[in-house]
Amino acid sequence: MKDTFKKIWQWVDERTGLGEMLGPQLTHLVPHDARWWYVFGSATLMAFSLQIVTGILLAFTYVPSGGQAYDSLMYITHVQPWGWYLRALHFYGASAMILMMIIHMVQVFAFGSYKYPREMNWLSGVLLFAFTITLGFTGQLMRWDQNAVWSIMVAAEQAGRVPIIGPWLGRFIVGGDVESASTLTKFYALHVFVLPGIILAFIGLHLQLVLKNGISEPPTPGKKVDPATERAEYHELMEKTGVPFWPDAAWRDAVFGVGLLLAIMFCAWYFGAPAMDNPPDPSLTTANPQPDWYLMWYFAVLALMPPQIESVVMVFGPLLMGLLLFSVPFISNSGERHLKKRPWAVGAIVLGAILVGVLWHAASEENWSPHFTEKPLPVEVVQSTDAHVIHGATLFYDRGCINCHAIQGHGGVKGPDLTFIGSKLDASQIILRIANGGKGMPSFAGILKSDEMGDLLAFLQTRKHAPLPYSNNN
Amino acid sequence: MTAKTNPPESRKPASPELLSRRAFLERVTFILGGIGTLAMSVPLVGYVLAPVFKNDVPKWRPVGKVGDFKVGETVAISFDNAAPLPWDGQTGKTGAWLRRNSETEFIAFALTCTHLGCPVRWMASAELFMCPCHGGVYYKDGSVAAGPPPKPLPRFETRINNGVVEVKTQPVAIQRS
Repeated sequence: MKDTFKKIWQWVDERTGLGEMLGPQLTHLVPHDARWWYVFGSATLMAFSLQIVTGILLAFTYVPSGGQAYDSLMYITHVQPWGWYLRALHFYGASAMILMMIIHMVQVFAFGSYKYPREMNWLSGVLLFAFTITLGFTGQLMRWDQNAVWSIMVAAEQAGRVPIIGPWLGRFIVGGDVESASTLTKFYALHVFVLPGIILAFIGLHLQLVLKNGISEPPTPGKKVDPATERAEYHELMEKTGVPFWPDAAWRDAVFGVGLLLAIMFCAWYFGAPAMDNPPDPSLTTANPQPDWYLMWYFAVLALMPPQIESVVMVFGPLLMGLLLFSVPFISNSGERHLKKRPWAVGAIVLGAILVGVLWHAASEENWSPHFTEKPLPVEVVQSTDAHVIHGATLFYDRGCINCHAIQGHGGVKGPDLTFIGSKLDASQIILRIANGGKGMPSFAGILKSDEMGDLLAFLQTRKHAPLPYSNNN
Repeated sequence: MTAKTNPPESRKPASPELLSRRAFLERVTFILGGIGTLAMSVPLVGYVLAPVFKNDVPKWRPVGKVGDFKVGETVAISFDNAAPLPWDGQTGKTGAWLRRNSETEFIAFALTCTHLGCPVRWMASAELFMCPCHGGVYYKDGSVAAGPPPKPLPRFETRINNGVVEVKTQPVAIQRS
């Protein structure tokens, strides 16, 4: 049996030269000590391969039509055998791809592997990063639910801030005067043809560069990169201590890659397909468009930016981020590679992690948005038998105060907590605030009737610290 | 094994005639390729960009009888876009908030917050529009009450035609910086 296979292979190989073509690539020498830190690039590729397979299978059923995309996804999720699992795999596969890509990028940066002669490896990687994020965002739009159609509006509004061509860019994203079926088909074509095609081409380039420039050896403090001698030194190192990629290094990629697949499969099975928002019906006005997790931190940037500079941030922020990533190998392409000798690189990683972490946390709290799901204040919070106070508490809910202000944990967090407002402000101060509003608060002078203002005031004045035991209650 | 090397003819030292012939052939290839690419790309780019420059003729769309709306109330409405396609489905409609200000005056507000385009919600008892994204708030007349929005809510033109309230379609408002 084994002999038969061998014979068939020899027959094919003699006529195609496949072995001759792939052999040297597979067995190219890699540093013997390039171990588990080096698996994240191939893991990204593994996740992308899964995306291609699951994406094609989803396209077997998905209907990219403005009127039917949502229903076809509902069918995939709830009716078609294994459909929910496929959607889940595609979602967690995308998440894994982005996660692995980010870890890969940080590792390459931390190891100084982007330095000579691997500048182009880095630059092609930065482009792959940008294409992959765009692929993820367009994928989110394929759900064609409320979240998707309104996310497109938000994207168009951001594009609209670009000087001069902004309005046209915005119109291009919307796809004309208004969103329509053509908006979906355009993003569908981008998501399934254009972006994967570009990414495949760039992966080809990226891998070719890996073969040409070799896998960088783990950094050693004090061992500097000198473009004049680097290639010769690397060549010598490989001749002395290098090991063939296949199978000496490839097995780790295989172990980690299979582990990643198992993790994706587990997440898909355990968490299921990502939730669908309401259908894209424009008369349903409860949409709250939000990006998927990997862009949530940027969502926080948009919310926290002072309005005066937000146009600048929206336009030049992403541009600056891209430029910064692009400039990395031009700022330093030689010298030390080990983090111990690169304090600025350590600072950049730590600062970046803190920045994104803090923004992510802020996005999960979302304390810049009113709460829409609050219920009227419960009796044990109101704690009064006074009709005016009770009416005031009702108004606190009815007039929308509770959307932004909390009392004893009930209510939004956009405005100040009013649990003890009666101890902090006197009657005239409270009235002034309510009537005039403020930076983030509407003026309620035209909304509240005068007796309502009185009752609301009466209620708020009861919001006091408990009297201290020795204060004699005066 | 031999396929990788060029045939011996091309290895000969090139004569000046051959060199100028090669330069000519290179130029011809590039110019022809350039012409072909240009000729091909004009309609292709035009096809891709067409939606940017296509302006739908605005249409008046009925949204209900005058009597269906109470003075002082604001309700959600939706109406067909100016040029819906058969496969648009739900996407072929636009939503809006319609306020009956008086016996004869109707105001239709776009859903799109002027900050970043999220859909604003009408909080009837508070008489405010609130945006879920970044906390923009508008008064009942659409003017900015609080938060980041730079401008009042965009409006659609309205009219009463034979006892029916009609709203005029318009492109989505994309704010400039």
